[in-house]
Amino acid sequence: MEHLHNKTEVIVVGGGPAGISCAITVARAGYEVVLIERGKFSGSKNVFGGAIYAKPTREIFPDFEKSAPLERKTIEHKYALLGENDGTVISYRKKTEENESYSVIRGKFDRWMAEEAKKAGVILVEETVVTDLILENGYVKGVVTELESYYADIVVLADGVNSLLAKQIGLRSDLKPEDVALSVKEVIKLPENVINERFHVTGDEGCIYEIFGGSMLGMLGLGFLYTNKNSISIGLGVTLSELTKRGLRPYELLDKLKSHPEIAPLLKDGELVEYSAHLIPEGGYKKIPAIYSNGIMICGDAAMFVNNMHWEGTNLAMISGKFAGETAVVALGRRDFSKNMLSLYADKLENSFIIKDLRTYKNLMSGIEGRASEFLGYYPKKINSFMEMFVTTDSIPKREKYHKFIKSIFTDRKILDLFKDFWAGIKLLWSILVK
Amino acid sequence: MEYFGKMSELEDKLYTVKYTPDSESHLKPVQEYCRICKSKICTIICPAGVYEWDDKAQKLIVNFENCLECGACRIACETKTLGWQYPKGTKGVMFKQG
Repeated sequence: MEHLHNKTEVIVVGGGPAGISCAITVARAGYEVVLIERGKFSGSKNVFGGAIYAKPTREIFPDFEKSAPLERKTIEHKYALLGENDGTVISYRKKTEENESYSVIRGKFDRWMAEEAKKAGVILVEETVVTDLILENGYVKGVVTELESYYADIVVLADGVNSLLAKQIGLRSDLKPEDVALSVKEVIKLPENVINERFHVTGDEGCIYEIFGGSMLGMLGLGFLYTNKNSISIGLGVTLSELTKRGLRPYELLDKLKSHPEIAPLLKDGELVEYSAHLIPEGGYKKIPAIYSNGIMICGDAAMFVNNMHWEGTNLAMISGKFAGETAVVALGRRDFSKNMLSLYADKLENSFIIKDLRTYKNLMSGIEGRASEFLGYYPKKINSFMEMFVTTDSIPKREKYHKFIKSIFTDRKILDLFKDFWAGIKLLWSILVK
Repeated sequence: MEYFGKMSELEDKLYTVKYTPDSESHLKPVQEYCRICKSKICTIICPAGVYEWDDKAQKLIVNFENCLECGACRIACETKTLGWQYPKGTKGVMFKQG
């Protein structure tokens, strides 16, 4: 074996939440693991909304709240349904220990996680791109980087949404424009006290906005806003097929969203600190690739593990990484790296919320896709026009106004379209709740 | 516009991004296909405006040093011919606020 000097037990490609969680799980069990990250540091090539959830994070880092770089603790979720120039916002506020989440900055938080992994014994190799996988006798045996080849008993791919490597060895077919959302984000600096005043929070409390409509009216897309300590992250993600079909520039949509009367006052006098872009896997359950084979497992975004209904991605990444790590540990104990052995990873996923939730929403995208102009266009506008009617005092008798509004529902569009919406809604609800 | 007086231009946005540019492009369009490509969709959807169509030279210009490495162009490419790799390990974009 000429390659013994470059041989380790596990190689993890990608130092994001999935890769780090996998690597640290392996290292804690006492095996040798090399984590390869292409960026200058973990998080430097990564972008998300975003917030992390405390419970799943504790499964990997039990005491993370003591030392991790956290921005703000979420106490309020707001759902903003925006029309062209108006908006209806529903807020839910509760200070709870039950469902904690924190806004974080990937460049700081992932870097912290990577440092924790190093402390646990993970060998972290940064600024290195894996270009190929080494295949021998039907087994993945290692990776090829720009500089040299490294061998391992198991290779775990946590190389993100684009996962060129999963595609390369045929575990994943190429992504289509409808399988991903293109997201653009801006981090806007504002003084801490200004953020606290504008979002009605104190200390390290924070707030999350999910934004429907506005510049994305009628499109398969959503906006988001997160409060950080001294900045606000605002962005949106629109299905790539929608952008290509309509010929839209994503940053123009974001600029338009930022100038919406519901949003603009929140950002006023802020200074742009950083602009970024990233793809979000949106294909869901139906687009999950083959996630294991001889000597290899795939986790996180590379495996399309994103629950777009609930804005969950980092938690799915971390827990799938942990499962891959646990599976690697069992496989190393038995010195068996076959597909058969690694199917344990799929079993773990199958029995967890990850596959269960993805399956629950398996028809979400296809259900909405054909009716985005209705569900994300017509109805948000209609809700706002109802609110406008409701709050307007103009000496017209209320019953007349109600009747006019109800009539408009039947005259705005064809009755058949109403029926189609209703049917699509029922089908979707059925698929989520029953089967 | 209330916000910032006027909308930020794309250049202003990209100005906030830290890059270590390579000397060679990691994005390699096949110009023969670009010439026959109808939509030239990469020139529209790229969040960093990396691609520009030079009508005179009949050539796709690639400002690869502005690339945010999202991968949208590769997936959107109408002719599926765009050569797309990650920049070398020490190169490309470095997000601090991702």
